[in-house]
Amino acid sequence: MGNLNDYKNIWVFIETECGKAKNVGYELINAARPLADQKGCPLVAVVIGKDIERVAKDAICYGADSAIIVDGPEYEYYTTDAFTKAMVTLVEKYKPETLMIGATNNGRDMGPRVSCRLKTGLTADCTGIDIDEETGNIAWTRPTFGGNLMAVIMCPEHRPQMGTVRPGVFKKGAYDEGRSGEIVKEEIHVASGEIRTTLVERVNEVAEAVNLEEAEIIVSGGRGVGSAENFKLLEDLAAELGATVGCSRAVVDAGWMPHAHQVGQSGKTVAPKLYFAIGISGAIQHLAGISGSDTVIAVNKDEDAPIFEVADYGIVGNLNEVVPALTAAFQARKA
Amino acid sequence: MNICVCMKQVPDTNEIKVDPETHTLIRKGVPSIVNPFDTYAQEVGVRLKEQLGGKLIVLSMGPEQAKEAIKSCLAVGADNGYLISSRSFGGSDTLATSYILSEAIKAVEEKEGLKFDLILCGKQATDGDTAQVGPEIAEHLDLPQITYALDIVEKDGEIQVKREHDSGYDMISTKLPAVVTVVKLPYEPRYPTIKSKMAAKKKEIPVLAEADIPSIKLELCGLNGSPTRVKKTYTPVREKSGVKLAGMEAKDAADQVVKLLEEAKLL
Repeated sequence: MGNLNDYKNIWVFIETECGKAKNVGYELINAARPLADQKGCPLVAVVIGKDIERVAKDAICYGADSAIIVDGPEYEYYTTDAFTKAMVTLVEKYKPETLMIGATNNGRDMGPRVSCRLKTGLTADCTGIDIDEETGNIAWTRPTFGGNLMAVIMCPEHRPQMGTVRPGVFKKGAYDEGRSGEIVKEEIHVASGEIRTTLVERVNEVAEAVNLEEAEIIVSGGRGVGSAENFKLLEDLAAELGATVGCSRAVVDAGWMPHAHQVGQSGKTVAPKLYFAIGISGAIQHLAGISGSDTVIAVNKDEDAPIFEVADYGIVGNLNEVVPALTAAFQARKA
Repeated sequence: MNICVCMKQVPDTNEIKVDPETHTLIRKGVPSIVNPFDTYAQEVGVRLKEQLGGKLIVLSMGPEQAKEAIKSCLAVGADNGYLISSRSFGGSDTLATSYILSEAIKAVEEKEGLKFDLILCGKQATDGDTAQVGPEIAEHLDLPQITYALDIVEKDGEIQVKREHDSGYDMISTKLPAVVTVVKLPYEPRYPTIKSKMAAKKKEIPVLAEADIPSIKLELCGLNGSPTRVKKTYTPVREKSGVKLAGMEAKDAADQVVKLLEEAKLL
């Protein structure tokens, strides 16, 4: 493992696809910025993809000090083999002290592959990142046991210290067009024979991309909504508020809504200004995904539903009556 | 097609409660189950085996009581099961766990006189929620991996995997052997019959400790082989003192909430 002191800098992996960045990369830049300042070390964005120079510039404008890019046609779509090879090559060359990766499907596919090849520690699905005062190590906080327990994990004797961080937990910083920084291009190429998986076909099932992580208002429904058809009530309220529709796991399991709308431990982590929980009892797995919400409004017929313990405003009542009444009340306010 | 399913016995996290006084988890009386994602891995494995022939073998690392979970897999189509258990394996994080499993996989291949074509895991275990052990097994064994599988079909000696992404799925193919982690399937896992349960109950579950896994390096197991350390744990506190409107007409309650949101300048 060499000398731990040889490892410097904080790296954030910016995931791209077809040249476009996933937001979580920029969110992590903002999360890592105060840590880099505290340590007095540079914050480096690492971008792997195809035609990504723009993304590297944006990462700097969002707060990175510099960027390293690996650009090539083999990185247009994510593959485990190509991305792992590129990332491991970079880590071995530059020796970062810390590497943060967005906990998307691809991030959680690549992260363990990279950490395992480097024989270092990886903390999955973090919701908090701090510096441990005593040791200077990163203290990664993550929910476990379905969100019932929070654990603080450290990687004291191996480098880099790696963590995947849930999208939506941190917010993007302000975009500062005036910021500039060095962009280093690394030529790392992967022969097609080394990539052992082939993308045969991509199928989009959702008409428009659901962007729950960045929504300012979310209207979410649970088992209490009763049927797929009844989600119309929530869609009306959402349309009135310019909100995005979400749901609990029970709704996805029942086949009423696609997984892309799911909020909670096994779905998306969200941080809206307003979160409407309609007919959601408030299982801890769901609450784990909404704790970043500024204000929670709950509608449930069960007065003892746990959702009321976390709600700022609660209405005990029949959602079939309350939700249309809310839609009408918001409409009346605009008039 | 010879298939290995890596399975974990987990506490049913839906049943876990937090002690309101001490803010610690109450684990007593919480039932142990087969990790739900692993039941999907097992089911798709059994279907592939039924279609193509071969053997399906379940491995689980854990304490003696995990034999129960292995038996419940035997009752729904697995041919054999092995428990990987030793004091030296305790305290393993995902890197050490995946190392032990990958060495155990090689030892089981030797014992059974076969080579695995496909190694299946659930996407993640519902207690740790890391989703790391599957990809790390693939890395230790230098195999291709496909994570977040929604279905697996065999085609001309390769597999095609429906892989979940944000707005739908990717169809990804790979040659075998390979590691696949499973999220969900278009169908539900089968139930055991009384007969299959009885047969599974009688079956011997061999235990593999370090002595049974000749190539294993003990310094890579347990705490010694684990780069991560748990510094502390705590239960999240979520109590809020909100406004709760009960026993009101829907319209009045709705108007009241909108008024309160407005007064709090939240709109």
